[in-house]
Amino acid sequence: MENFVQLIYFVTALLFILGLKRMSSPNTARSGVVWAGVAMVAATAVTFLLPDMRNQGLMLLAIVIGTVVAWIAAKRVQMTDMPQMVAIYNGMGGGAAGAIAAVELLRGEFGEAQGLKLLAILGALIGSVSFTGSLIAFAKLQGLMSSQPIQFPSQQAVNAGVGIAALLLALVVLLTNPGPMVLLFFLLALAFGVLMTLPIGGGDMPVVISLYNAFTGLAVGFEGFAIGNAALIVAGTVVGAAGTLLTFLMAKAMNRSLWSVLVGGFGVEQDSGEVKGSLKPIDLEDAAVMLAYASKVIFVPGYGMAVAQAQHKLRELADLLESKGVEVKFAIHPVAGRMPGHMNVLLAEAGVAYEKLFDLEDINPEFPQADVAVVIGANDVVNPAARRKGSPLYGMPILEVDKAKNAIVIKRGQGKGFAGVENELFYAENTRMLYGDAQSVLGQLVQALKRL
Amino acid sequence: MDATWAALYIFLLAAFTGYEVISRVPVILHTPLMSGSNFIHGIVVVGAMVVLGHAETPLEQAIGFFGVVLGAANAAGGYAVTERMLEMFERKPKGGQ
Repeated sequence: MENFVQLIYFVTALLFILGLKRMSSPNTARSGVVWAGVAMVAATAVTFLLPDMRNQGLMLLAIVIGTVVAWIAAKRVQMTDMPQMVAIYNGMGGGAAGAIAAVELLRGEFGEAQGLKLLAILGALIGSVSFTGSLIAFAKLQGLMSSQPIQFPSQQAVNAGVGIAALLLALVVLLTNPGPMVLLFFLLALAFGVLMTLPIGGGDMPVVISLYNAFTGLAVGFEGFAIGNAALIVAGTVVGAAGTLLTFLMAKAMNRSLWSVLVGGFGVEQDSGEVKGSLKPIDLEDAAVMLAYASKVIFVPGYGMAVAQAQHKLRELADLLESKGVEVKFAIHPVAGRMPGHMNVLLAEAGVAYEKLFDLEDINPEFPQADVAVVIGANDVVNPAARRKGSPLYGMPILEVDKAKNAIVIKRGQGKGFAGVENELFYAENTRMLYGDAQSVLGQLVQALKRL
Repeated sequence: MDATWAALYIFLLAAFTGYEVISRVPVILHTPLMSGSNFIHGIVVVGAMVVLGHAETPLEQAIGFFGVVLGAANAAGGYAVTERMLEMFERKPKGGQ
């Protein structure tokens, strides 16, 4: 029986790798997750057959509770809330890795096997940080707490102190075998996860969630070593490596170094930029006329559109314009929305055809030919200040909306973007501001266009 | 060569595999892929089951039970979220870079 279970674990590891590979291409992505899903069910089922197992009733109960609650929650949330769902489920995985380590360490399972004990402790540390850190990330994105960076005096010293204390206790737990110290070690590791995440703002959350995803993978891999389970070692390590790479790719797409994300805040602002000109508002009717008589319109959706759930209204507006013979395209910044690729998913959900979505490199040469570029709830990703040395945004790739013949900016208010930098585009001569919630403004534009 | 060394080689190869599998992926798949890899580390549920299966004291049972609930939620929730994201790729996409 043992050999049969190990065989299934082997096939599971293989299917996970193949599934992940398939998920990395749009055409095969759906089958990839199904392959991995079949493997997961098989691996869970055969685990009941392992020799010398007790508590099968409790196991089954726990699996049912976890599965049912998570499944229902995942099926119910809005597509715009998906990033925080990834965060919370990832945190749970980290917590599970921590729980495995807790039982093994409390039991003093390892005897003389210091190497395995070290891995168990490292997995416990990383998993616990991922657990509480992901919960804070979830709370911030879900609006349960402010998504602004939360800062207090000598924060970095406090964080470093707690982190070092956790490491020292890890050493104590490794070298001795004291029960209460294990508890204290876990408390410090959990606290460090909270402290590490508090100063990070909502805009940087995608990178952080991706980092914690890699953390959980690594923790699972380490606990796999500790309990001698190859399926955990392979799956956890693959995710740890893939997640680390994904984190760097995301940070690069957002022009942020991982270090500056983790240390928090945007650092000292060297040059907030003197902005010339004024903000020029425009009426709904005028905006509608401008759009209706354009021959080419490019929409630039951003974070604000995602938050306002305005993707369906946007599609309606685009369809209406096309029926009037206007050429419509969508410009998608690599980090538009809350995560790379999030905006594509949202627009696809609303029924916008993929052929109309264009990446930064493809659409930028087209802005000079566009009669109107409509910016919906995007800010930093269209700020021309990114081209100027000394600006905090310098170097970030932007959508060149300022090169369009006209620009309309739909925006809730006069606030700055996440980076806290004034947006020179909004003050430009050919830019008009249309204030209001993206969903209601787009709805009113649709109505105004129908009346024309 | 003892088992620890064999395990380290597994670790090395698995890490390389993870890196290779992801290295050339279009930006539009970053989020679904993060979600997919989030689902895959839900295999931690199997580890938690092993621990619960060997638990003796009530404390061990409680922590093991907690671990299995969390692990199962990671796996089930991760799958459901990933599947919902990938449903959007039903129609043949442009395949951006």
